[in-house]
Amino acid sequence: MLLFIEQILNGLQLGVTLFLMSAGLTLVFGIMQVINLAHGSFYMIGAYVAATVTALSGSFLLGLAVALPATAVIGMLVEAIVLRRLYKKEHVDQVLATFGLIMFFNELTRIIWGRQPLFMDVPSWLSGSVELIPGIPYPSYRIAVIGVGLLVALFLYLMFTRTRIGMQIRAGASNREMAGALGINIRLLYTLVFGLGTLLAGLAGVMAGPILAVEAGMGESILILTFVVIVIGGIGSVRGAFIGALLVGMVDTLGRAFLPALFRMFLSSAHADGVAASVASMSIYILMAIILIWRPQGLLPAHS
Amino acid sequence: MLKVEQIETFYGSSQALFGVSLKVRAGEVVTLLGRNGMGKSTTIKSIMGLTQVTRGRITFNDIEIHHLPSYQVARQGLGLVPEGRQIFPNLTVLENIMVGAANRGGREEPYTLDEVLEIFPRLAERLKNYGNQLSGGEQQMLAVVRALMTTPKLLILDEATEGLAPLVRKEIWYGLSVLKARGQSILVIDKNLDALMKLADRHYVMERGAVVWSGETDELADNEELKARYLGV
Repeated sequence: MLLFIEQILNGLQLGVTLFLMSAGLTLVFGIMQVINLAHGSFYMIGAYVAATVTALSGSFLLGLAVALPATAVIGMLVEAIVLRRLYKKEHVDQVLATFGLIMFFNELTRIIWGRQPLFMDVPSWLSGSVELIPGIPYPSYRIAVIGVGLLVALFLYLMFTRTRIGMQIRAGASNREMAGALGINIRLLYTLVFGLGTLLAGLAGVMAGPILAVEAGMGESILILTFVVIVIGGIGSVRGAFIGALLVGMVDTLGRAFLPALFRMFLSSAHADGVAASVASMSIYILMAIILIWRPQGLLPAHS
Repeated sequence: MLKVEQIETFYGSSQALFGVSLKVRAGEVVTLLGRNGMGKSTTIKSIMGLTQVTRGRITFNDIEIHHLPSYQVARQGLGLVPEGRQIFPNLTVLENIMVGAANRGGREEPYTLDEVLEIFPRLAERLKNYGNQLSGGEQQMLAVVRALMTTPKLLILDEATEGLAPLVRKEIWYGLSVLKARGQSILVIDKNLDALMKLADRHYVMERGAVVWSGETDELADNEELKARYLGV
């Protein structure tokens, strides 16, 4: 039981990290109709900038404070210089161009920071553990990650439903031409949305920094999971991304934790571990297939 | 107020407008008449910056607007009620009304929510509904109210009552007459000639991408040949 609760928390932590990534990606696709394969690069940039500033200053918070605007500004520059030319192009052009951006940013990080990974320490004030339930100590840092993810979800909900800019973003997503005819500067709005998306990816990278190695290409592995999340949630839907991220986080984490024990009930240990590892790695794709059979538009499609 | 001078507009290599000129003065209601496909909507799209003008000049209160993007045209004080209404289905009625209100660049005395809802009171009961939950008539009223909340100096309606039931049309024409009485300048496209002649001061008739006649309501009313030839009446 204790292990189960601990794995639930691990799943929640992976889920909110995936939400930070997928919220930005789904926003950009839903509003701007751009498939941005380079979204993972902003996750990597956030992690690298935070690791560097934290190492130089000794302050994780300063690293966070520098990394977020840095990723947002780099994102907005990429939107203005590269993506703005792709809005009216086919999706295959967008895929090729943003794949090129992945290679560009990976090489750039190798040039600036070298081939060796960077390691970020968990900040000392978050290095302990907390007993959320008596007998289950859980790392404070992971709880902080969960808290930040939930706060971001709340912020996005309030921004989209209670603010004028949220209203304008939804209007622009629904009918770009009409929004422009009402005086809304769609080009500026797109740049801001892209900046927000990359800032969230950067935040995910910063939060993952102390848990994972910070290295070139780290964005690609999470990008695949992120695409699974937005397909499950419904492309363009932030609410769908939230539900999808939690589902993927839980299924992935619980599958890896409990499938070996399940398979050991009817297979030898050696075989069980191998089969369980394979099934666990397939589990989120099986989940995606089941959900798409049930709801081809995803769980909470945009504009529904 | 609005001066369109000899504009030419193309869709790809196909020319849609051939030197269209027209004027709307402050406080006037002006119509664009003609059969389908004669260039009326393209003229409006050209004015609003939604279609690129290749030649000619459009000024609004002496400011050149033909090279501006649509959001800057709107901020000069032009409010559009587009063909097909184009309500935002994922926004509530209240959000649809308020979404353009931040970009007011028009009249000195902006419309308030209460004022615009007074013109079409039916919408007041539907403020929390989503745009796609309204009937066609309610959507048209919402499109007018949404444009009014940008406080336009000139309100432009493309097919003001197309596809609406007779009673709903009556409500729309009544709303427009209220706006006219308040001094609102209006440029309107519609096929209901009787209602337009009661409302409007002047008319432009278009044929194959060009203005072939312009004049006041009395002149149009007396010109049976013109109505038969270009308007199919």
